[in-house]
Amino acid sequence: MKLHEYQAKEVFAEAGIPVPESRLASSVEEVVEAVGEIGYPAAIKAQVHVGGRGKAGGIEIVTSEDEAREAAESILGMDLKGYTVDRVLVEAGVDFVDELYVGVTMDRSAGEPVAMVSTEGGVDIEEVAAETPEAIAREHVDPAFGMHPFESRKVVYEAGVDREFAGDVASILRTLFDLYEESDASEIEVNPVMITADDEVVAADAVMNIDEDALFRQPDLADMAEASYEDDLERKAGEYGFDYVRLSGNVGIIGNGAGLVMTTLDLVDYYGGEPANFLDIGGGAKAERVANALDMVFSDENVDSVVFNIFGGITRGDEVAKGINEALEQFDEIPKPVTVRLAGTRAEEGMEILNTDLVTVEKTLESAVQRAVADAEEVNQ
Amino acid sequence: MSILVDDDTRVVVQGITGGEGNFHAEQMIEYGTNVVAGAVPGKGGQTSAGVPVYDTVQKAAIEEDADASVIFVPPAFAGDAIFEALDAPLDLAVAITEGVPTQDMAKVNKRLSEVDTRLIGPNCPGIITPGEAKLGILPGNIFSEGKVGLVSRSGTLTYQVVDSLTQRGIGQSTAVGIGGDPIIGTSFVDALAAFEDDPDTEAVVMCGEIGGEDEEQAAAYIAENMETPVAGFIAGRTAPPGKRMGHAGAIVSGSGTGTAQSKIDALNDAGVPVGDTPEEVADNVESFL
Repeated sequence: MKLHEYQAKEVFAEAGIPVPESRLASSVEEVVEAVGEIGYPAAIKAQVHVGGRGKAGGIEIVTSEDEAREAAESILGMDLKGYTVDRVLVEAGVDFVDELYVGVTMDRSAGEPVAMVSTEGGVDIEEVAAETPEAIAREHVDPAFGMHPFESRKVVYEAGVDREFAGDVASILRTLFDLYEESDASEIEVNPVMITADDEVVAADAVMNIDEDALFRQPDLADMAEASYEDDLERKAGEYGFDYVRLSGNVGIIGNGAGLVMTTLDLVDYYGGEPANFLDIGGGAKAERVANALDMVFSDENVDSVVFNIFGGITRGDEVAKGINEALEQFDEIPKPVTVRLAGTRAEEGMEILNTDLVTVEKTLESAVQRAVADAEEVNQ
Repeated sequence: MSILVDDDTRVVVQGITGGEGNFHAEQMIEYGTNVVAGAVPGKGGQTSAGVPVYDTVQKAAIEEDADASVIFVPPAFAGDAIFEALDAPLDLAVAITEGVPTQDMAKVNKRLSEVDTRLIGPNCPGIITPGEAKLGILPGNIFSEGKVGLVSRSGTLTYQVVDSLTQRGIGQSTAVGIGGDPIIGTSFVDALAAFEDDPDTEAVVMCGEIGGEDEEQAAAYIAENMETPVAGFIAGRTAPPGKRMGHAGAIVSGSGTGTAQSKIDALNDAGVPVGDTPEEVADNVESFL
């Protein structure tokens, strides 16, 4: 779960990390009022869950009320990589002399957290990592102990941070690491940490992502969750509780288990079709959930055919068949051709239950996918 | 004839009085697994699925001479349940639970490096040695006894490939689902090493997916250390970057790491044929035998 910059900065400020003065605004008038209070220069920053906001035109620096009004008008309501901007953070501009990168994340391969510091702040850190990996100092932290103070100093010195500010930066890193642990974050990143002309060290940006599996013990953070979907279909999937990803093709895909659903997508592509979505109904789905999945995929206007691929372990073929029948029997005419392949637990019972007037049944994964791809092609001829 | 589990494995089921735990304990017993006890705090003295329940794993291990556990405990308590299995100590713990917080697993992972217990999972279907024992939720009826080892991050994809093998009359020595989470107890390399050491495993199938670097590390291991032939499969070729495909671990990061192509290339470089379809994987296995 991603926090917005303004939310992450509230968390930072509470933990004692210096952040610039700011106000949240959702209208042009609110922006003008906020800038009036904060003074110039100020930054107007779109609050949406996308990276690279600056490059995409979602951040502007203003030095007068006219500029503030103009920036607010252009940013509020704009489409930023698929998300509509409905709020901006109005923040005091920082007169900085240097920009650093400070972050904490989980190193999957090592199975432990890693702290990262770089003097190449203010730019895309993934580019830095790809082109000059030596510019990022890293320190793995034993999760049983947490970050020792010496570790924070070690990585800050190793990164080559100006000695005058090393203590302050190390202190911020330590606080960030404590936050990372206490809040079950999957990632915390400050890019940039600014060294100001007045020799202060402030967190000018804030990225904080929380492990969704840990939200049950992070009630305050869970309350900050704002459903953020790229379109109505992803919103609907969120309501149904499906793992769903919309893609650009026209063959709708429903299956059970992430690996098998991904494989079904790959096979659609392999046999010359284009997958419209990833939809995992999960383990042990009952009839109603199966019907919801079909409703979900039918709602995508790009979909021309649907392939249903179930290999039952804890999911039962008869339940799946019931759900498919229920979903399809309510239509006078089936909206899009559906191909079903059932295998595993109670697959034979499921095959008997399936209403074959409404669906095409295929015995193998490969033949089911080929059928759905052919159906989709037929629609477009 | 197998790795990690066989008909001598004595199993305690952690969470045996819960719905899932009870159902799958019965299924495991029906398959022939030597389930000897359950462990549930506060339920000691009861009987569940026909076996005695103890308050602690250690008590179950001592009283019933158990050496392995299967964990069906809700996510909030699963990390603790794994620590308890390590403390008992057991030789093997299989964590089925999905949704264990990653930082809990980081702590578990640290402890694993200090003990002799092997952890499989979490968020996995478990492990089965056909005809002998199954620890987990895999549907026993699709497996058959034989000489092909199988290791996979995904449950249902495992079933798909096993089914293809079984239909061709190719049986399995052991199949292990290692789980789809970012931090897991048993990696591909761990499972491959065990298969390499098993004289009765004549070929191995490895089903990977996008995300992380486990498959690349496995490829390096295979090139260096394995004589047993390996057939590969990688799911997620069509996955767009930045989108999590179901599994917490299945994501191609923005910087392009964890892509299907990098994994396929690494495996090919290690001499591992990677099938385009599950049937092609079965073809490749057949060619090894």
